[in-house]
Amino acid sequence: MAKPTTDKKADKSKNAAAVTEPEYPLTTMAVVAPLVGWLIPGAGHILLKRYGRGILLLVSVVAMFLIGLGMQGRIYKPNGGDILDILGFVGDVGSGALYFVARIMDWGNVMAANAAADYGKTFLIVAGLLNFIAAADAHHIALGKKP
Amino acid sequence: MTINLSHFSAAVVFALFASVVFGITQRNSTIEQVRYGFYCFALFVGGVFLAGWVMALIRR
Repeated sequence: MAKPTTDKKADKSKNAAAVTEPEYPLTTMAVVAPLVGWLIPGAGHILLKRYGRGILLLVSVVAMFLIGLGMQGRIYKPNGGDILDILGFVGDVGSGALYFVARIMDWGNVMAANAAADYGKTFLIVAGLLNFIAAADAHHIALGKKP
Repeated sequence: MTINLSHFSAAVVFALFASVVFGITQRNSTIEQVRYGFYCFALFVGGVFLAGWVMALIRR
């Protein structure tokens, strides 16, 4: 005689096999929204009609970037040297157009001379990393994974 | 333009903006986003106080 608990386990495994992950087809918007969101922080969400979220993301990332510059933070250039310098560049470039404008205007071309400048450098890198997260979020919204 | 922030005020400003982005990107509904944003902010600032006290105790 089979134990009832064993039957329940068998049912559960059958149900687990029957439940399939919903499919999220890749659309044009799922590619465009994160790209636009990377280039202009928050724009990916605005493009997807999430205006409130987009504006909050724009304000947060731009404010962090500008405060970082105001604190005399250094902006990394493309480099192939020290791993921390490469990662610093990856973080900075996450800010999209802000990074390119700063490079063109030659902002942030300073060496950290005090603690505040070091914090500024961190603000610049984190602004870029947060913008990467925001761009990934725009991708998920465009796919329909997130409301 | 130069901005002079103390270590503490820089940490609070950092916590504020990071919490806003975390709240928006890591939760689905508006109320959950607000709640998670406050939660992250509290953890950031709480962490600053905790680290401050640990360093003060080590220094003694």
